[in-house]
Amino acid sequence: MITAHTLSKKYGAQTVLNIDHLEIPKGQSFGLVGNNGAGKTTLFSLLLDLIQPTSGHIINNGVQVDESEAWKPFTSAFIDESFLIGYLTPEEYFYFIGELRGRNKADVDALLEGYSDFFHGEILGQKKYLRDLSKGNQKKVGIVASFIGNPEVVILDEPFANLDPTTQIRLKGIIKDLAAKEEVTVLVSSHDLIHVTEVCERIVVLNKGEIVKDIHTSTETLKELEAFFGG
Amino acid sequence: MFKHFIGLQWKSFFRSASFKTEIWFKILMALGALYFTLVFLSMGVGAFYLIEKSGLGDPLRVVNRFMIYYLAFDLVFRYMLQKMPVTNIKPMLYLPIKKSQVVNFSLGKTVISFFNIAHAFFFIPFSVILLVEGYPPLQVIGWHLGIMALIYCNNFINIMVNNKDSVFYVLAALFILAGASQYYAWFDITLYTHPIFDYLYNLPWTAIVPWMLVVALYFSAFAYFKKHMFLDGGLAKKQTEARTENLDWLNRFGNLGTFLKNDIKLIKRNKRSRTAVIMGFFFIFYGLLFFTRSIEVYDNPYWKIFAGIFVTGGFLFSFGQYVPSWDSSYYPLMMSQNIKYREYLTSKWYLVIIATIISTILASFYVYFGWEAYAAVLVGAIYNVGINSYLVLWGGAYVKTPIELTSNKKAFGDKQAFNAKTLLLTLPKILLPIVIFAIGQLLIGPVAGYLFVAAFGLLGFVFKERVFKMIENIYKKEKYKTLLAYKQK
Repeated sequence: MITAHTLSKKYGAQTVLNIDHLEIPKGQSFGLVGNNGAGKTTLFSLLLDLIQPTSGHIINNGVQVDESEAWKPFTSAFIDESFLIGYLTPEEYFYFIGELRGRNKADVDALLEGYSDFFHGEILGQKKYLRDLSKGNQKKVGIVASFIGNPEVVILDEPFANLDPTTQIRLKGIIKDLAAKEEVTVLVSSHDLIHVTEVCERIVVLNKGEIVKDIHTSTETLKELEAFFGG
Repeated sequence: MFKHFIGLQWKSFFRSASFKTEIWFKILMALGALYFTLVFLSMGVGAFYLIEKSGLGDPLRVVNRFMIYYLAFDLVFRYMLQKMPVTNIKPMLYLPIKKSQVVNFSLGKTVISFFNIAHAFFFIPFSVILLVEGYPPLQVIGWHLGIMALIYCNNFINIMVNNKDSVFYVLAALFILAGASQYYAWFDITLYTHPIFDYLYNLPWTAIVPWMLVVALYFSAFAYFKKHMFLDGGLAKKQTEARTENLDWLNRFGNLGTFLKNDIKLIKRNKRSRTAVIMGFFFIFYGLLFFTRSIEVYDNPYWKIFAGIFVTGGFLFSFGQYVPSWDSSYYPLMMSQNIKYREYLTSKWYLVIIATIISTILASFYVYFGWEAYAAVLVGAIYNVGINSYLVLWGGAYVKTPIELTSNKKAFGDKQAFNAKTLLLTLPKILLPIVIFAIGQLLIGPVAGYLFVAAFGLLGFVFKERVFKMIENIYKKEKYKTLLAYKQK
């Protein structure tokens, strides 16, 4: 589904990302871990063509992302608050994204129905604009919005950060359900090793821009990761 | 301690993204600044002789007479444009700095703001001319200091009434009423106010009074700020009750409707964009200066074209100017969502076109001033739609100042209120039609001039596809730089 070829990003003399080859097959749930500055967000930004690669390129379902915009219809993401429109109510935001992805109001409402637990009554019908919601609630909106329109690739940067424990557990369930679908490729980055090992079938560890580990998740994975980061 | 504050200020200015532009742009901006300085200076110097020649009486007395309006306009301008010194305070709250020091610095910073300094360009040369013309030095100095104090009073009044829209609109309405009633000779407010300003001259020691007022206002502004310096007080964001709006009638425009709906909400729900649109609306009346024959210099066809462009292009200039920047806070979303650049740009283009058409309809009353006035308005509209709509979108690709919609106020200290760059990009939009008109006028006649401008505008339609292709490519090329610049808040 997603292939990176000799991908690198440099700022001046500093290399922040250098991936010779990375292939993520369709339907995989892919976890990305690494310390701050390891290049996680850089990789996701490159995937979304928000920054330009210094060398190499990424192919998303046959589309080279920095050449064509054809990857947009089947790819969705939530990276940070800059993916939210502050002056809209959550409902309006969902409908807006829905319209961009060819879903009418009824479709969006039906989808939101399924997330009422996740929202915990704090999102819909609150008479608040997104900019006035708390960080955690903003995040819930952004995450759910990225599920609208049956995207084939879902990219979530640090989805667990800022969420309360209940919501974290619910989010794990949601991501697992999503990953269970054959056709959806989920990319998640996280600082939380437990969450990410639970949710992802494959985990890639980035360190200073390089892939240092590429693990198929098993019962030993968590220990292995803890040993790596602890050592 | 103040050294630290000033260092921070210095860094925030020179490290802002908008400052890092190309060198030739900086040179142009410097030239622009020089130009305005010269204009102000010559106004200060020239005003004396101009008033003297016009036979209104003693220039100083005339200036005193209208001083109340001058100060009122100053206050209105400040209210609309001057930013409040509350930003950048938050990180200071946790540090071991006395609150009073922070407040003192924030208030002190406003003293050297452009809004205060600009007046010096008029008043200093004016006072110098007074001295040259043999007015008694002591009295002139007293008057000068007094007026200076009054301008600083405005500065601190503005800080305190900030965010109180109701107070502001009532005051603004009162002054408009006063102006109107003076014009129609019902009631002349200046009869009552000009003695106050005359006192400053007649009895120079009275200049102490406004200075005492400044000190008093400073301390009340100080107290006001200090009292409100809490996260849930003056530093909190105002929350308004949100209402979900459907605007379903726009659905018939398909994808375009989706964006238009969003833009309408953007304008309605954010102070910054609302101000821009209101400013755009007032441009409609700008033409009155030109078409009523009230100002002699403006009474020629070239200025009429100029007015026509402005009357119908208010929205285009005030809102269109900043096109991608309105979406700056969620630009990454727009760039990664299922949106084609072409659709995005087209929707903005339609927004500008629709607003121009509405302005043109509202400006129909110019028919009253004769066919030429109305022709200028119509031709201006055609040119705006055909040419200027592209030019603003094009210029927008280079505008890299993020606009903070969510900030309570046009937060003071950031240089977005006056963007010399966008002012400069305005020149070809206005000068070109005048030149085209002049060619037609000089070769054949005024009618030909109008037709030429209109034809030029219509030509723009013909090339719409090609122009859009070009603009789209520029946006694509600038995309990464723009994203980077918008990240800096």
